[in-house]
Amino acid sequence: MKMNMSEKIKVTKQDLVRSCVLSTFLLAGWNFERMQAMGFCHSLLPIIKRLYKGKPEEIVKALKRHLVFYNTTPFISNAILGITIAMEEERANGAEIDDNTINAVKVGLIGPLAGVGDPLIWGTLRPMIAAVGASMAITGNVIGPILFFVIYNVIRITLMWFALKIGYQKGVNILEDLKGNMLEKLTEGASILGLFVIGALITKWTHIDIPIIVSEFVKQDGTMAITTVQSILDQLAPGLVSLLLTFLCMKILKKGVSPIAVIFGMFAFGIIGSALGILQ
Amino acid sequence: MYDISFWQIIAILVVAAIGGMDSVMDQFAFYRPLTTCTLLGLILGDVTTGAIIGGTLEMITLGWMNVGAAQAPDPLLASLIAPILVIMGHQSIGTGIAMAIPAAAAGQILGVITRALPVYFQHRADKCADNGNCAGIAINNLLPLILQALRGALPAYLILAAVGTGTFQNMLDLLPVFITKGLQVSGGFIVVVGYALVINMMEAKYLMTFLFLGFILAAFTNLNLVAFGVIGTIIAITYIQLNPKYFFKNMNNTSKKILAEDELD
Repeated sequence: MKMNMSEKIKVTKQDLVRSCVLSTFLLAGWNFERMQAMGFCHSLLPIIKRLYKGKPEEIVKALKRHLVFYNTTPFISNAILGITIAMEEERANGAEIDDNTINAVKVGLIGPLAGVGDPLIWGTLRPMIAAVGASMAITGNVIGPILFFVIYNVIRITLMWFALKIGYQKGVNILEDLKGNMLEKLTEGASILGLFVIGALITKWTHIDIPIIVSEFVKQDGTMAITTVQSILDQLAPGLVSLLLTFLCMKILKKGVSPIAVIFGMFAFGIIGSALGILQ
Repeated sequence: MYDISFWQIIAILVVAAIGGMDSVMDQFAFYRPLTTCTLLGLILGDVTTGAIIGGTLEMITLGWMNVGAAQAPDPLLASLIAPILVIMGHQSIGTGIAMAIPAAAAGQILGVITRALPVYFQHRADKCADNGNCAGIAINNLLPLILQALRGALPAYLILAAVGTGTFQNMLDLLPVFITKGLQVSGGFIVVVGYALVINMMEAKYLMTFLFLGFILAAFTNLNLVAFGVIGTIIAITYIQLNPKYFFKNMNNTSKKILAEDELD
């Protein structure tokens, strides 16, 4: 049978949307053996069905090809999904792209993408939106949690769709864009924003009171003027003790101590401090 | 004792099950304390307290994330237990959170188990691939979600049962006053652990000046966090626009072009 070159098999926009929706389940079958392998293959199903319609052997090959180890940051993982779709499309139209090429591109991208994606999404995007929401929630404002949930998910869905679309349109060429300093700028900018906001959180959204009395005297109008350690510290800069505690936690965490152990240490500090009367 | 209706129990179990699934998929942020605690507060009839607990737990767990194959402690179980203890069990928020944190460690162990078991489904998916069975792959990818749902719902049920019968309160009531008071005091600054995790994640010494800028600005002004977010973004963009590191890279390209054009003249 002769291949009709003028009739290219193409994925439709609907296929791309379906694939994007299915990528929600990227981690559903996460396991220690091949991690997101099933999820990746699952997201590709609409594409495989479209491209290899009526070719059962090709479908088997494609399914096996994409059940291999895969693990990267979700949402922006869709950039790799898009690139894979572009390569599969070319392959379905007769281009000589073998299993190894497709695999090599995928394996080559998951590491660098996670290297940028994990700090950006888990280290900055979610903590920053969560911090804004939590700072409202702590005062009993229910708008905080709602804002967090809505804004986070709108950004997530936007990222998922555009990552897929750009990956599909640019194909392997995206590698060149990644090599430019675009990603470095993004990571550095995100770190600046993150550190700046955390700095504000340390003063405003913590509460420590050291009630040790330094001096007290009766003022002329008969009221007592009490100077405590906390009031002196507050004159220097409110939140100074919290800042020191934060640095202490950073040091301990860097030594590989689990966050839960550090939290218990902090509770112990609070119990002992309040029992001795140096914390209130 | 606390009267809890059948429907409240069902609603809590549904939230726990969805949270269990989402904590593995890491998609909707449904399992985050901010969402789960507020929903539990709503179900238990005190949404404000739910939001306060959620906000506090969220700050503590800000930097908890699953990176690569490493499993972080699971905030889900803590976010289920804390509101139940505080609203149903009439404990202080500090005590509720302190009692809920060990659950995060337990959740971590459960999380490892429910991520190991799906290996079985992975091998079933391989068989489906041999037969060209597309639907089979989809089903095997989704079936492990049942395990994840149970991972949230079962512990939630046990806690509800324990708090419902008053066993838990009786135990907590035995706690000496200095401990409950200390836990309440700790509640004020325990959040620094979350901040420390996020700062460690950024891990760039030369950018620490921005932390101090945020700190000092917050110490002496009354801006809210939204304002800090906007100011932070402006500072970040300005820094990158003016940074010689990026500036000269662009300059080199342009100057090379200019040179090349000069040579043509």
